Amino acid sequence: MEKFKNITAVAAPLPEVNVDTDKIIPKQYLKTIERTGLGKGLFSELRYNDDGTENKDFVLNKSQYKNAKILVAGDNFGCGSSREHAPWALLDYGIKVVISTSFADIFYNNCFKNGMLPIVLDEKEVSLLMEETERGSNATLTVDLESQEITTSDGNKINFKIDKFLKHCLLNGLDDIALTLEKNSEIGSYEDKIKSQRPWL
Amino acid sequence: MSKSRTIYDKIWDDHLVNTNDDGTSLIYIDRHLVHEVTSPQAFEGLRMTKRKVRCPEKTLAVVDHNVPTTDRKNGIEDEESRIQVEALEKNCKEFGVEYFNELDIRQGIVHVVGPEQGFTLPGTTIMCGDSHTSTHGAFGALAMGIGTSEVEHILATQTLIQRKAKNFRVNVGGTAPDGVTAKDIILSIIGEIGAGGGTGSVIEYTGKAISDLSMEGRMTVCNMSIEGGARAGLIGPDEKTFSYIKDRPRSPKGDDFDRAVDYWNALNSDKDAYFDRDVYLDAAALPPVVTWGTSPEDVVSINGEVPDPEGIDDEIRKETKKSALEYMDLKPGTKIKDIELDVIFIGSCTNGRIEDLREVAKVVEGHHVNENLNAMIVPGSGLVKEQAINEGLDKIFMAAGFEWREPGCSMCLAMNPDKLLPGQRCASTSNRNFEGRQGFRGRTHLVSPAMAAAAAIAGRFVDVRDFVK
Repeated sequence: MEKFKNITAVAAPLPEVNVDTDKIIPKQYLKTIERTGLGKGLFSELRYNDDGTENKDFVLNKSQYKNAKILVAGDNFGCGSSREHAPWALLDYGIKVVISTSFADIFYNNCFKNGMLPIVLDEKEVSLLMEETERGSNATLTVDLESQEITTSDGNKINFKIDKFLKHCLLNGLDDIALTLEKNSEIGSYEDKIKSQRPWL
Repeated sequence: MSKSRTIYDKIWDDHLVNTNDDGTSLIYIDRHLVHEVTSPQAFEGLRMTKRKVRCPEKTLAVVDHNVPTTDRKNGIEDEESRIQVEALEKNCKEFGVEYFNELDIRQGIVHVVGPEQGFTLPGTTIMCGDSHTSTHGAFGALAMGIGTSEVEHILATQTLIQRKAKNFRVNVGGTAPDGVTAKDIILSIIGEIGAGGGTGSVIEYTGKAISDLSMEGRMTVCNMSIEGGARAGLIGPDEKTFSYIKDRPRSPKGDDFDRAVDYWNALNSDKDAYFDRDVYLDAAALPPVVTWGTSPEDVVSINGEVPDPEGIDDEIRKETKKSALEYMDLKPGTKIKDIELDVIFIGSCTNGRIEDLREVAKVVEGHHVNENLNAMIVPGSGLVKEQAINEGLDKIFMAAGFEWREPGCSMCLAMNPDKLLPGQRCASTSNRNFEGRQGFRGRTHLVSPAMAAAAAIAGRFVDVRDFVK
């Protein structure tokens, strides 16, 4: 996994609650056996017109948000299907950070497995950033994971919380599986214990 | 341990391999279900790192999302679907995992197959790269949906890195009136707590209305825990649970079964166990319900009307609900019973089991599907289909004008040829009414099997209680 680096980028607003992963990446893109190339399908049912041209009204198609790397979204972002294709599509498109008042658990976890940072803030802070994003391409945000701080273009700072272990993995681009395999002998002794305690398994 | 514990606490404690000082834990996974959509990248990851599947015998794979529900003896026509299905078959062979292909009678939707095979057992941790894994919680198992990276993690290590979730109790007291089913109960719960209400929690469903449910009904309830945002949903095991499990192909046999039952009985939440949150619903007061919007939280009584979002304080929420109405082509104040339908879909991991089909047969026997709509019934597995045929249900369905299909996920998620056309309106027994879920610009109303059956006959929503009279 790539290490998460601090970013300064345009933030796009998605003022909608319960943005589900079907919306983030519709089912027809799930037939791939690869992790790559999903950016083209990101929000595709909103992003494109029926003839395949871009829907000018969709936020990411507006010139000021074309280079957005940060999304500011409504509550319960990423709900529904467990498809990891959702963070894969966001990342492939270039979105590295999503900010909301809450995330669905599976989506939240999936982000960290891919070097993406979901940030939970309170309602007031999210509305402040949502307003900030209305300023278009002038609305750059800086996200610093090490100091757990978001800085607006006016220099306002907002702190965010994050699990210590997840932060450590993200900053160092650590592979979970390699970490777990270091505990191989503990897994082995657990298995031995279970064989006698719950032999039916 | 002397402290009072919930069933979730107990299962968690019994699966801890290791806990770090910061609370991050490594938990052991007893059962891993695999399907074709969320696994190819995980197997590819194993190949690239030269890792093996640690416990192939604790892993079971089945194809469900992509398979057509028409005759498939001649293979799958859609090339991408075929490649994905073939990839699963090849991966299972290479890594030594048991696999049910689309011609195997045991094939079906992964969450129907697990319990049917006795693979799903109380007190186990069950994971699958599929959000509806919560279904298996009906057996008193800790069952969670995960992403593909975690699928790979389990394949390689038979464990997951997790932090403990909160305990959330949803107590459903009273007796559900006739015509009010498990589906109405869970939709009402989601309507109450919201689509994100269970985030960060494992829900335990308790109360008379829950214990009254059959195992199929309990699976319907737990299945949709994820639509309420919960990490998992579970129900303490009882005699119904044990008798469902007994004599299944993979369930414990003989002395092992008796020992297991002792262990399973002890799993139930202690009387004074602590819950971080409690919600109570009176089943006796519940009506059959229908969803009107594009989130499973958009629930309304069959006797109600489409609500007006103008009354919502939160600006973002108000705009979301207004755009949902636009997508659904509905106006506030429209009576639910005035909504006409184009398609009826009966099936899915929520409502594709034998009891669901029996409910449908009861309603439609001697009637005919309304001439203005298409109605299909898709059994959840080959064994459900066989059982339905043995009970003569297939004849009732076909005489009533339903299409009677081969098992699979079908129109629940439109990754196969079963899809809504743009603008079509569907009464569906599935779990998600998201935009485009059942087909590009399709419109989904979630209902129980009995309500879908009654709607199929009437051509619009009706109260199944009036209908049966």
